[in-house]
Amino acid sequence: MLTISLILIPLITSLLLFLTKDKSVFKTISLASSLITFALAIVALTGFDKSIGRNFVFDTPWIHALGINFAFGMNGISLLLVLLTTLLVPIIIFSTFQQKNNYPASFFALILLMESALLGVFTSSDGFLFYIFWELALIPIYFICGLWGGENRIRITLKFFIYTMLGSLFMLAGFIWLYLKTPYPHSFAFDAILHVSLNGNEQLGVLTAFFLAFAIKIPVFPFHSWQPDTYTTAPFAGSMLLAGIMLKMGLYGVLQFILPVCSGILFYYGPIIIFLASVSVIYGSIIAIQQKEIKRLIAYSSLSHVGLMALAIFTLTADGIQGAIFQMLSHGINVVAMFFIAAIIYNRTQTTSIKDLGGIAKSAPRFAIFFMITMLGTVALPLTNGFIGEFMMLTGIAQYNIFIAAIVGLSIIFGAVYMFKLYQKSMYGDTNQLTESFADLTMNEMIIAVPLVILILGMGIYPKPFLEIAKPAVYTLLQISGM
Amino acid sequence: MKTLVALVPLLPLITFIIIGLNFKRMPKLLTSILACGSVFVSFIFSVILFWEIKNGGQPITVTLFEWLPMTRTTLNFSFIVDQVSVWMLLIVTGVGFLIHIYSIGYMKEDNGFNRFFAYMNLFVFSMLILVLGSNFLIMFIGWEGVGLCSYLLIGFWFKNHQFNDAAKKAFIMNRIGDLGFLLGMFILYIVFKTLDFVTITKMCVFLTPNTHFIPAITLLLFVGAIGKSAQLPLFTWLPDAMAGPTPVSALIHAATMVTAGIYMIIRTHALFELAPFTMNLIAFVGIITALVAASIAMYQNDIKKVLAYSTVSQLGYMFVGLGMGAFTGAMFHLTTHAFFKALLFLAAGSVIHALGGEQDIRKMGGLRKALPITWMVFLIGTIAISGIPPFSGFFSKDEILLHAFEHNKLIWVLGILGSMMTAFYMFRLFFLTFSNKFRGTDHQMHHMHESPKSMTIPLIILAVLSIFGGILNLPHLFGGTEILNNFLAPVLNAGIKVKPTTEEISVATEALLMLVAVSGAIIMIVFAWSKFVKNTNVPSEDNIPKSFFPKLFTNKYYLDEAYNFIIEKPVLLLSTLFHSIDLLVIDKFVNSVGNSTVWIGSKARLLQVGTIGFYLVAMVLSIVVFLVLGLMI
Repeated sequence: MLTISLILIPLITSLLLFLTKDKSVFKTISLASSLITFALAIVALTGFDKSIGRNFVFDTPWIHALGINFAFGMNGISLLLVLLTTLLVPIIIFSTFQQKNNYPASFFALILLMESALLGVFTSSDGFLFYIFWELALIPIYFICGLWGGENRIRITLKFFIYTMLGSLFMLAGFIWLYLKTPYPHSFAFDAILHVSLNGNEQLGVLTAFFLAFAIKIPVFPFHSWQPDTYTTAPFAGSMLLAGIMLKMGLYGVLQFILPVCSGILFYYGPIIIFLASVSVIYGSIIAIQQKEIKRLIAYSSLSHVGLMALAIFTLTADGIQGAIFQMLSHGINVVAMFFIAAIIYNRTQTTSIKDLGGIAKSAPRFAIFFMITMLGTVALPLTNGFIGEFMMLTGIAQYNIFIAAIVGLSIIFGAVYMFKLYQKSMYGDTNQLTESFADLTMNEMIIAVPLVILILGMGIYPKPFLEIAKPAVYTLLQISGM
Repeated sequence: MKTLVALVPLLPLITFIIIGLNFKRMPKLLTSILACGSVFVSFIFSVILFWEIKNGGQPITVTLFEWLPMTRTTLNFSFIVDQVSVWMLLIVTGVGFLIHIYSIGYMKEDNGFNRFFAYMNLFVFSMLILVLGSNFLIMFIGWEGVGLCSYLLIGFWFKNHQFNDAAKKAFIMNRIGDLGFLLGMFILYIVFKTLDFVTITKMCVFLTPNTHFIPAITLLLFVGAIGKSAQLPLFTWLPDAMAGPTPVSALIHAATMVTAGIYMIIRTHALFELAPFTMNLIAFVGIITALVAASIAMYQNDIKKVLAYSTVSQLGYMFVGLGMGAFTGAMFHLTTHAFFKALLFLAAGSVIHALGGEQDIRKMGGLRKALPITWMVFLIGTIAISGIPPFSGFFSKDEILLHAFEHNKLIWVLGILGSMMTAFYMFRLFFLTFSNKFRGTDHQMHHMHESPKSMTIPLIILAVLSIFGGILNLPHLFGGTEILNNFLAPVLNAGIKVKPTTEEISVATEALLMLVAVSGAIIMIVFAWSKFVKNTNVPSEDNIPKSFFPKLFTNKYYLDEAYNFIIEKPVLLLSTLFHSIDLLVIDKFVNSVGNSTVWIGSKARLLQVGTIGFYLVAMVLSIVVFLVLGLMI
């Protein structure tokens, strides 16, 4: 029931907001709804039992003839992603209040619809249901970017939409294939489709289909070309939803489907994926060095970071996967913080072009500290959340192959290069007309910044609880009995 | 006891947080008390811990909490207090405290006073974590933490882009080393299934030298040490780091942070002793760095830059010591260097302070009268670093050179050469600054003043330490008992000694070697004196040397240019190239796939415009095709 409520609360609020005529309360309602959802997720956390695989199971037949069930449940990985989603959505909603644009009720309705769909993705335990939510998540973000985006928004958003949609179709094909392989009566239930026995060629087919879908979503080189444009043109809330949460759908899919179903052939075909992911890591971080616009820089930096997560997962080492899961959380938090920083800069100066900035630290010291800590999280300084993930991932990668670890490890140097360059160019040096009277963080902005800072440092100082939640699920995935 | 250990690093952290959160409102007096007080209390605690260990106390490991549960081990957030770490604690907190006191006077007028002390406390915290960490990962927290503080403090006056560039360069060059450290850790974790220092040291006993993974681990760790301790080829950040306030140069870029690489190797000496190749490489890199940096220092005209290159050079000597397996010697030199180099930097700061920010020694001269205390302590520091007995630097450098002589005569010769260069550039610096007539402006002349007490008292204390620091490990030759050697022995003898002393050096030889070193230094001092005092030579403003070597030295061996050409340019080029590929190839391709569907659609649309003849032809053709296919099957 808990899982259902998690999905229903934002969904119902969203529908209400679409219908509402009242112009005054929709902000409060959307924020309150997202906070309640977060509170529910905390309840789920406290009631979570690590010793059983899937918690909070809800299972009822939906389309009986096709073996489709309305089935939900959470393992450790789902729970962490649910926590991430429900945590970030109120932050994203509240952060849009601070912006000059006056978004209508439908904007917030779409965000909540998105939340509902994302939670559906992370908690479904039926393949068909998963697919429905997966596609559903695309619709609100399409409208958010298409209606409130910047330059060229229609062309760019359409490209994004069609591209990821194409990927999803491969995924659907993969699901149907698996479904047909389940013993009669066929079923879409995870328990059924994840345990079908396939020969090598069949596994390869499924791997290709799923990988295309997830690689576009994550995105992995060379399927990433929708990303920089989309991040740049999307409204800040849209970029936050995309980079903070939606990218993790792809990684979640890899963990949930590719690892169990294709385990037999990953030994042979994994290296191809590992190669592409390694290219992402280096390619993204090197391109980021020369970016002249903050959002575009974040986009390429994100390409590099998620590439590393994908890479770590495909090493099939427990440390690598644990690190990747932790990093999904850290990256979500840090990238939202980075977009929030970009939003603050844009609100005050009407630009996100790096060369137009400078000297902000002088007039806005609190903002400078917030930016600094976020940056340190992004470049993975020890005692920030970013370090835990990167350290564990790189350890896992080193177990797979130390030379790959050395090559992708270069990204920690490139990461420092582009982030420190960004920080220096925007915060230090002389002020100019735009940044002269840059106001420091307001009270409302502090309400967002402080929790983000606490998360960045807190997760870095005491990461153990998060790692423990995911551990059983990871061990099950790898069939290690070391509990 | 355990609380005491935890409090040593925590106190500076707490004051950092307090000052950091209130940096806008906090009165300067309160900031000074909190910032200096916390470091002082940490120092007292360190003394207590030292006493405990000294009087036969067992090393203690204090676990605060489980930090990172990994598959093969759980990495604890824990500290180790043994002979080596407690010794470093004394240096970090002791010298750190003196520099904090000095900074009160030095930074008095600065708007960023509170911010400065917040960063300084954060630095002390990070450095203490580095020293106390009981496994590689905790050490790594401090390792990167000090790098961050160094970045923040080099770019302290952040309105100047040049300073910021220097700060960024320091951080990034350090990160290159850090990657080596990380990779070393990964292999350690895979092989040893732990990162705990004590456990690894114990396991090393069962390994034979050159076990296949050992060279890789030690080489990677050494890369980390190169970055942090500014050795070739990663040392150019340190001279640039002089952009920061002078107390920062004294604390971070002379006495403590840059010695982290040496400390790390001493801490993990058991591993390094199993890797003769790495040890030789360390000695080789050390001696080359010592000479390269010393040669550059001879042609520098910025008072802080001379000291910076001198630091690089002295760190080189410590690495020579490490490479020879003379871990105590390295630690000894680290200690005395912390005293006299902190002294020299702070005294230089006093000079800069007196001249209103002037750092060019060509515009100084004759400061002896106006700054008598500074003159005196600077002289003491200069003598100490030049290796003149009985000042501290003589004994520590001599111990390293003695080991060099035992193992490799060539390194010994080069070492003597380097120490002669040291004596020359240091006395050149000293004479140009303090002797003859003042060459600055009248305005400066008029405002020249000795520094306040808060600055001179730390100087005097450090001067005393620079003179008598040699007692800490006085060799038998001078009736000493090698206190430091005996104190550190329980930790340093934990591994196996791969390099037994090949030949026992007789007392006569030892004395002779010392005589050579000292006379070399004295010759150079006289040479410097005749050049800069007697003949009042001052390097002129536009003096660009023509001959090969001086030109090479003045231009710092073109290292920055080389990096620019070998690393920076290619990376930027690659960045542009990748970006173009991204836009012109990948994105174009995806778009063209999208567009082709539109094109196909527009063509396919023509099929349905209602031309009956076309439909008929298509129908007949299709039937034929199906028939043929049917017959074939």
